[in-house]
Amino acid sequence: MSAAPNQAVVSIPPVAAISAPAGRSLWADAMARLMQNRFAVASAILLGVIVFAAIIVPWISPYNYYTPQWALLDLPPTWHGGHIFGTDDLGRDLLVRVMWGCRISLFIGLIATIVSVVIGVLWGAAAGFVGGHVDSVMMRIVDILYSVPFIPFVIILVVMFGRDLFLIFVAIGAVSWLDIARIVRGQTLSLGNKEFIEAARASGVSGPSIVVRHLVPNLLGIVVIYATLTVPSVILFEAFLSFLGLGVQAPMTSLGVLVSDGASELQSYPYLLFIPAVFLALIVYCLNYLGDGLRDVLDPKER
Amino acid sequence: MAPTPLLEVRDVSVEFATREGAVRAVSQVDLDLVTGETLAIVGESGSGKSQMLLGLLGLTARNGRVSGSARFKGEELVGAGAKRLNQIRGAEIGFVFQDPMTSLNPYLTIGRQLTEPLTVHRRVGSAAATAQAIEMLHAVHITEPERRMQQYPHQLSGGMRQRVAIAMALICRPEMLIADEPTTALDVTVQAQVLSLLREVRERFGTAVILVTHDLGVIAELADRVNVMYAGRIVETGSVDEIFYNCRHPYTQALERSIPQLDDSRLERLVAIAGNPPNPLHLPPGCAFAPRCPYRLDVCDKSVPPLEAVEAGHRKACFYEGALDRMAEPA
Amino acid sequence: MIRYTLSRLAGAIPTLLIIITLSFLLLHAAPGGPFDAQKQIPPAIKANIERMYHLDEPLYKQYARYLWNISSGDFGPSYQYRETSVNEIIREGFPIDALIGGAALLGALLIGLPIGIIAALRRNTYWDYLPMGLAMIGISIPVFVVAPILILVFAVNLHWLPAGGWVGISPSHIILPALALAAPYVAYVARLMRGSMVEVLNSPYILMARAKGVPEPLVILRHAMKPALMPLVSFLGPATAGIITGSIVIETIFGLPGIGRAFVDGALNRDYTLVLGVTILYGALIVFFNLLADISYSLLDPRVRYE
Repeated sequence: MSAAPNQAVVSIPPVAAISAPAGRSLWADAMARLMQNRFAVASAILLGVIVFAAIIVPWISPYNYYTPQWALLDLPPTWHGGHIFGTDDLGRDLLVRVMWGCRISLFIGLIATIVSVVIGVLWGAAAGFVGGHVDSVMMRIVDILYSVPFIPFVIILVVMFGRDLFLIFVAIGAVSWLDIARIVRGQTLSLGNKEFIEAARASGVSGPSIVVRHLVPNLLGIVVIYATLTVPSVILFEAFLSFLGLGVQAPMTSLGVLVSDGASELQSYPYLLFIPAVFLALIVYCLNYLGDGLRDVLDPKER
Repeated sequence: MAPTPLLEVRDVSVEFATREGAVRAVSQVDLDLVTGETLAIVGESGSGKSQMLLGLLGLTARNGRVSGSARFKGEELVGAGAKRLNQIRGAEIGFVFQDPMTSLNPYLTIGRQLTEPLTVHRRVGSAAATAQAIEMLHAVHITEPERRMQQYPHQLSGGMRQRVAIAMALICRPEMLIADEPTTALDVTVQAQVLSLLREVRERFGTAVILVTHDLGVIAELADRVNVMYAGRIVETGSVDEIFYNCRHPYTQALERSIPQLDDSRLERLVAIAGNPPNPLHLPPGCAFAPRCPYRLDVCDKSVPPLEAVEAGHRKACFYEGALDRMAEPA
Repeated sequence: MIRYTLSRLAGAIPTLLIIITLSFLLLHAAPGGPFDAQKQIPPAIKANIERMYHLDEPLYKQYARYLWNISSGDFGPSYQYRETSVNEIIREGFPIDALIGGAALLGALLIGLPIGIIAALRRNTYWDYLPMGLAMIGISIPVFVVAPILILVFAVNLHWLPAGGWVGISPSHIILPALALAAPYVAYVARLMRGSMVEVLNSPYILMARAKGVPEPLVILRHAMKPALMPLVSFLGPATAGIITGSIVIETIFGLPGIGRAFVDGALNRDYTLVLGVTILYGALIVFFNLLADISYSLLDPRVRYE
């Protein structure tokens, strides 16, 4: 026996093993907790239903969104008969138009969010990772851009260069990436200082490997949160542009176009405003609740 | 003069309702404190020491329930009205928290926070309160007290902040002081100063002290009696001498053995207690320490050992009656 | 503290310059000139007009000229309404925006703050869920939906308030626009306040205050309020930007002669100077309020004030 007699390590006597709670990966844990948030779950389901409807309905409906039907102007919503939501001032079926509106608004929301997330993450992670002067300069630029009155700029852009859908994406994306960049940079900085990164470095893990295997999974959480919260603000912004007449071109429609068109007919045909407005509000509402719920589960500060 | 009982705690439990189920942080704790005495409560993090004390004062979080009885100077604290509890807190029972950086309000001056117990409890005017506060700052050896009164917490060092916290807790001359790990967040050198301050204060004001700590060294310095807690229960209680020289609970023994001694050149490894403290959600049916105990008996897994007297004033909660001399083989 | 203020001030100037430069370049980069859209003008006269407005000069000269004029506060003549200067247009329109925007912000604070505080104090009860749920709705519905509905209800059906227009400073004409503009901000303020208050109430120093026996109302007022209000101060900056945006919509719907509408018209009609002037004004406002928010924050937080 090599151990000295006074070695006082108390060992665990063999016994029926206490079952340790089964470890859960970060995502599984987060998803489980998210499931307990009834609002978030309800929002997700509702969103799913709307997206599904937006995809399916224009496909299967006998009506399209652009052909005027002069005989059927401004019909109110009816359960029986063909037009469940009624028709608009050009006789086009409102249900199909609203569904198309959802499609376009969600599409714009998605694309613009992806644009701003990509720019924001790259910018913020680079600033946070490299640090030092580069970081200061990059964040200074963000600070300055924050003060730029974007709305006037976007208006100028769209007026000058035409109402190109692509341009709208770029304009909206250009506005939203600042927040994400800041958050990502903050997160990168705090992660970079954490002990497990030092430990990884100390045990010889290479730089890029650190980024991929340690930083990215931790950044992913916060990116998902803010992406989810950016989509509704993008959708609202697009609605705002449409209201000013700077959004998608007719006959193509978005929820913003539908809502602002409907607003002008509020007194005579209120359903033209209310139905698209309800859909717009629901989509934005659900996305916000989902984002909040995700933040409760994924935000490192909350854990 | 015979020491009068100041605090008599009987069968106090604190339970929290959480999403994953009911969590019992504190189970059936008995505790006694007499005037002028210093009682130490020692245990690992998560053993329920702080929660028990917060529970006594009605400071438990919203989802917590305190049951049992705690009589302070004959008056029942558990379930007492908020108004009465507020009158007792700060005036008759003082509290010092662990981390002075976070327990002082960064937005209020030292003077404001220090005079507050006086203005709230003793209806003292602000001039008189300021004078008493400065006097108290002198008592805790803070230099330039007049200047400090106008400063904010972040402008003071950690040690100074803790002194202010002690001053704040004692300014109404309470009969009892609860110090929850007062030195844990401080540097070692500062720790010594704060400890000697506590001793001085105790002598000068005759305050009874409940000192919560996981540091046995602190206990040796200051305590008269010791309660050892594990997983929300008191597992041993006795005088300082009894606990140090004649401890009877395997956990206490393990704690003492885990302190590295300067002259133990024979040891090759740091001693730790193998295993982990139990998850409060899944407490074992019997003794909570059993899974880690080298003296375990069958009965230990089945029922909770009651706290019973070993000799006068010395009690342990353990089924094992033999001598604590076992050194287990390393696994 | 002084150093901090000065450095923030110093940072504001390049920001303004960048805004001015960017706007200038953007406008002049767009295809077409300011006078192309107007009725057929014989080329000679058009060339004359352009020369009068210095549009024939190289870009950098125009830029320098513009900067020089701005530094003495002259935004130049409007290209649309050639008798009127941009300064005049701004002078006439801006007070309306300021009034309504200010009323909206004030209203949002007065309504949103108590709602948020009560929601925090009565966490997880109906006092919390209901207002916060409604607040979420407030954020989800765009201003140009809320406004027409308000008009429909209060002006058309109830005849309590006018549906729009402007007859000088009269409360009845301010209420509806300010209300519509304030709607989402009530929600933001309430949510922000609730979150911040909950966080503060969970702080160790609040526990300490309670452990000192301070009665609960004093704990809230003396110990919790100030820390909880801090995030609101920072919010002032972005809030201004939002109010400015919203005002454009409000003016259109309520028919108010403010500069938002003038701006959009100017953009559509290529009125360079007007567009530039308003853009710079907006930018200056945002920079100013961000600065105000920053400096106020540092004044209120002792940790920054006395480092």
